Amino acid sequence: MTIAAKTASRGARNRSARPAGPSPWMAAPALIIFGVFAIVPLFGVVALSFVDWDGLGSLSWAGFDNWTEAASDPVSRNALWLTIKLTVLCVLFQAPVSLLLGVFLAGRQRYRALLATLFFLPLLFSSAAVAITFTALLDPNFGVGTALDADWLSQNWLGDPELALYVVVFVIGWSFIPFHTLIYQAGTRQIPRELYEAARMDGAGPASQFFRITLPMLKYTIVTSTTLMTVGSLTYFDLIFVLTGGGPGNATRVLPLDMYLTGFRSYDMGKASVLAVVLVAVGLAVSLGLNRITGASRMDSQSEGS
Amino acid sequence: MAFGVAAPLLAAGCGNRPGGSGADGATAWALTGGSEEAFRQSFDSWNADHSDQEITAEYFANDAYKEKIRTAIGSGNAPTLIFGWAGATLADYVENGYVEDLTESTADLVERVLPSVAATGTIDGQVYAVPNNQSQPVLMYYNNDVLDAAGTQVPETWDDLLSAVDALKSNGIDAPIALAGQSVWPELMWISYLAERVGGPEAFNRVVAGEAGAWTHPDMVTAAGMITELVDAGGFGDSFASVVADAGADQALVYTGKSGMILQGSWIYPDFITDAPELVSGGGLAYGPFPQVDGGAGDPSNIVGNPANFWSVSADGSEEAREAATAYLSEAVYDDEHIDSLLSIGAVPPVIGLEDRIAEAENADFLSLNYEMVRDAANFQLSWDQAIPSDQAQELLNNLSQLFLGDIDADQFCSAMDATL
Repeated sequence: MTIAAKTASRGARNRSARPAGPSPWMAAPALIIFGVFAIVPLFGVVALSFVDWDGLGSLSWAGFDNWTEAASDPVSRNALWLTIKLTVLCVLFQAPVSLLLGVFLAGRQRYRALLATLFFLPLLFSSAAVAITFTALLDPNFGVGTALDADWLSQNWLGDPELALYVVVFVIGWSFIPFHTLIYQAGTRQIPRELYEAARMDGAGPASQFFRITLPMLKYTIVTSTTLMTVGSLTYFDLIFVLTGGGPGNATRVLPLDMYLTGFRSYDMGKASVLAVVLVAVGLAVSLGLNRITGASRMDSQSEGS
Repeated sequence: MAFGVAAPLLAAGCGNRPGGSGADGATAWALTGGSEEAFRQSFDSWNADHSDQEITAEYFANDAYKEKIRTAIGSGNAPTLIFGWAGATLADYVENGYVEDLTESTADLVERVLPSVAATGTIDGQVYAVPNNQSQPVLMYYNNDVLDAAGTQVPETWDDLLSAVDALKSNGIDAPIALAGQSVWPELMWISYLAERVGGPEAFNRVVAGEAGAWTHPDMVTAAGMITELVDAGGFGDSFASVVADAGADQALVYTGKSGMILQGSWIYPDFITDAPELVSGGGLAYGPFPQVDGGAGDPSNIVGNPANFWSVSADGSEEAREAATAYLSEAVYDDEHIDSLLSIGAVPPVIGLEDRIAEAENADFLSLNYEMVRDAANFQLSWDQAIPSDQAQELLNNLSQLFLGDIDADQFCSAMDATL
């Protein structure tokens, strides 16, 4: 505190000195909330993963039983595999679409404001409402296929184990692409105009401008958006829960859903805690890894002179 | 204004409690929808007559309640009157000493209840839960118009059912039997009835008792095989796994003529009246017991479903609260007023000797059949997912949906289930 105050006052006196960082105390409210609502429960979950508890009776020490049980359970392994698959599919679907939409919406031509508002709408709906609506739309007997008299739309969308995961990826994409579009739109608008003018003078066409200027300049936007997508898909729960409940069979029973069903339907709190710890570990590892690989942790500015 | 009225009442309420030890009065938690209105009336009239033993009731949505009640009981915050489904959850409560033995205090009430229903609240000969609303047997509903058009009729036996499926399919009905496969629990009704018809109550009692090999018993394997047979025959069509029961999309198939039959609980009947009044009034809707299976050991009168919901009394509350709760159970549950309010919402309480009163009620035909099925049942099997511990129930739903999808066959289903015992 005193050091921070001293540094600050010195900074105020001498403008040419290296600017002082903000007081560490400004992080305190966030740290306290994070500690109470994230770190403390996290330790609770780690502790619970070593006991047997059905939510009713008394706790009993289980050692590593829950861990070996979860590791050998085909349902949980399948859940882990599905989560990886879902994450990869979500990024592959959402990233290109939102990048293109974002770049498109960053332009200043006519109707774009209107289109931007329309694209933004799905972000305003609650996940549960989106899921219930899509369940009704995709109903093979009374859904959109029947309403439009289009037989190809009357598929067994959510009932076919081969198809259900892709439908889930689509619906998640539908709800989250607007958000990532917004990020890309903002990122694209930050790119200095001069770069494009220079490129045009050198005879670069639109495609070449996109690949040689827009894309490289959006590097950190891509990192941010992809990290959000990846971590988001890893922990994605509510929409899938309402849309399919993990079914048909286990076709969409991803790890967070498996954790919930194990904990609050089977009342096996120990094993559910194991899954929760795995989820936290994987989530942290993936976001750290993404930052490391892409070098985003250095986060220096891309613009000259600033 | 509201405050002005409420405050003296609250003060009076507190002053009435003898001892003033700060102990809370009796509380009750029940479910919204269904028989909620009957509960409200029952508690209101009890509270009006017993100002010294008032019961405060709260109502919750089904899924939320099931999660909340477990945490509440486990952490010592249970309501005095615990609403439940009996079965394995009740056995859990009893084992951990969370609920009171009601054998003596509710003897008068239990005597008036149909035995097959009362039996559900009994564990090791002691009563721990008493029924509090209507019986909900599962039965077959048929759209007569669809059956007639295909030149077939209400099936009496399993073989009839299979040939009715064929007849409907060749008449252009893609899904002869409506099934909400995405919800999974309607699939449970099929395997429960088939196991009951093939092997009698013993088939599932072995599972409840946790006997090794209960699921791979030949009767269970046969029942599971019949599911595969019906699915392969196209009985449920190709897209049953996309159908959700919550919004009634399964029964909608029946009254819109896209399916000919459905196996569902008695609770869907009011929806038929609301959504397809012409079909019901024109006699197009038929209903009846589940078909028999030739050579099966099960008594054809046996039924599956929810015998009723139940009240248990928490062992946690103050003595005063528990006394109020047991007094309410023995005096007010299924008294004349309660029975009337249940009948008025089309719910049939499992009480002995109601034939005449039901005959005067609206929709008497359906309610009478409902009542007679429960009255005459040699065994009323509680829904399987309630009867066994929740971890096993989850495995059951999981494996069952795969059996219906054809991902696993009867043998794989049975051995996977054996592993859960």
